[in-house]
Amino acid sequence: MRFHRQRAVGLLLLAGALTLGAQDTTARGVRIGLRYDPGSKPGVIVLPVSGSAGDSIRAILERDFDFSDRLSIVPLSPEDGSVLASAPPAGSSAVLNYALFAKIGAAGVVQVTITTRGLHVTLHDVAKADVATVREFSLPKPDYARDWRLAIHGVSDAVQEWIIGERGASQSRIAFIRSYVVRLVDSDGQEETALPVVGEALSPSWNSLGTMILYNTFGPESRVVLQDLRSGRTRDFGSLRNTQRITPVFTPDGKSVVYALSGEAGSDLFLLPLDGEAFPRRMTVGRGSRNWGPSFNPDGTRLAFGSDRSGHPEVYIMDADGTNADIFTAFDFGDQNDRTSPDWSPDGRQIAFMSRIDGRYQVFAMSLRDRQPRQLTSEGENEDPSWAPDGRHLVFVSTRTGTRQLWIVDTESGRLRQLTQVGGTRVPAWSPRLTGK
Amino acid sequence: MVFALASVAVIGACGGKTAGTAPAPANAATPARDSAAERQARDEAAQRESARVTADAAAARQRMIDDSIAGARAAEEAMRRDSDMLRAIVATTIGFEFNKADLRDEAKAALDAKIPVLLANTGVAVRIAGHADERGSTEYNLALGTQRAATAKRYLVERGVAEGRIETTSFGEERPVCTENNEGCWTRNRRDEFEITVGGPMLTKPRS
Repeated sequence: MRFHRQRAVGLLLLAGALTLGAQDTTARGVRIGLRYDPGSKPGVIVLPVSGSAGDSIRAILERDFDFSDRLSIVPLSPEDGSVLASAPPAGSSAVLNYALFAKIGAAGVVQVTITTRGLHVTLHDVAKADVATVREFSLPKPDYARDWRLAIHGVSDAVQEWIIGERGASQSRIAFIRSYVVRLVDSDGQEETALPVVGEALSPSWNSLGTMILYNTFGPESRVVLQDLRSGRTRDFGSLRNTQRITPVFTPDGKSVVYALSGEAGSDLFLLPLDGEAFPRRMTVGRGSRNWGPSFNPDGTRLAFGSDRSGHPEVYIMDADGTNADIFTAFDFGDQNDRTSPDWSPDGRQIAFMSRIDGRYQVFAMSLRDRQPRQLTSEGENEDPSWAPDGRHLVFVSTRTGTRQLWIVDTESGRLRQLTQVGGTRVPAWSPRLTGK
Repeated sequence: MVFALASVAVIGACGGKTAGTAPAPANAATPARDSAAERQARDEAAQRESARVTADAAAARQRMIDDSIAGARAAEEAMRRDSDMLRAIVATTIGFEFNKADLRDEAKAALDAKIPVLLANTGVAVRIAGHADERGSTEYNLALGTQRAATAKRYLVERGVAEGRIETTSFGEERPVCTENNEGCWTRNRRDEFEITVGGPMLTKPRS
């Protein structure tokens, strides 16, 4: 984007003229431009942002809109002309050149001003040639820190909601394992950090608030560990001779942990309340089979899990009390079927999983209504899918580049992007929206 | 004169070094005729003989001691070799088919070889660790490893090995012995490993 300094200065004056104060004037469910249509991607312009952090802020917003696969960024070039109208109505302050924006295909224009407390953000509706929404967002200091970036992702998500009526999922993180350490990375691939872990960790998972992570270790001292991200404290549920405790997840209400107890009599799911003296309650009666990898629906009334009770691994669904277990992946690929690692989408409508096909593992999604499997990957081996909070994107592990990396697929358009650059990534888990901080 | 000679003979005889020497044979026909020199030569011969016999006996005793030590060393060496062999039998890895935990015939044979060794050495405890190749779900492979260890343990327990002596665990696909992306390597990784955790230094051969 080639934008000159004069225009930036002009914009600063404009911003001053248009500041409306600290009110949120958003109408609920404001939609910009084209009638809301799931297949369309309204064009959006993010005007250059003045200030030393302005370029970074603009870049984060543009990338978030692009990665949402719901908006398309309309580039500005000097040849397009001035963003300010050349002849504002008499007596009024400068206005944006809505005619230009309409001509180059933008439905909305995002205008950001850095303030002492954070950002002042204005969304312009091009078709209406007017301001649609104005809002103040506070940003933590210092600039460029992890929390600062996360807050800006929150701005992206809010603006997206103004434009298409649905909040974005940029303000989230993906937990994963590399070298048996739990690592967190922002949804745009930035700010990868490591959590201190107790032993060699696998299978991280999040609670609904995004404030705690569970994982398990393996081998003779295999145990489930709960890590509070705010306090840094861990809680250890102890190990048991001759057993592995694997694939721990929180119930959606956050009150209990469900994990698979894998021992000499098979693997079964157990539910352990986090408060009080209650003992773990058995959820599956595998009769010697393996049952593992639970994933709850959003309201916690049902869960999907892997089971080889039929003789080979398939995905099953049952009620949260352990009754009514039934096979979900009832389709046949011929040669011994092998489906595992289910993840229930945040809107409750689909389950993603991995399935062996033509000798390799691929990522699939299947809606609970039509039960038609949709293959989402084909290159290399692709495993362990996890839904983004938008219920549309999936992160998964792929070997397509030669090393295990995290990739993200848009399940609607099929668009792929590589999230990590350092190989050896395993078992990703996408957090919920991290707005609570 | 005779008396004097006899005295010399007596003195000569008492001057001899060792006890238990055979008395110089007396020639009854001409005892009085032996010269002192002859008698002395006879005595010295007797002493040498005596010394030689003593030395032979000492050497013989030393050989007995040496043989005994050598024998003990050889026996210990044999025991160590046997023990190493028995340890190797206990430690033999068994393999599995993809996504399966059933015992194939080769696995059963390897387990059959372990049983008498374990029954003859009741102080020995073993940990069976199940492993999987890298394909498929990381998490299923942990559960599969548990199942592979459990299957082997059940086979041993059903044939008399005390249950408490065998621990089971799983490393899933996390401890590969090779990392190539081919069937040869995958086959090597689908295994149970057996590790002696208690009482291993010297294993006793089972009585056949």
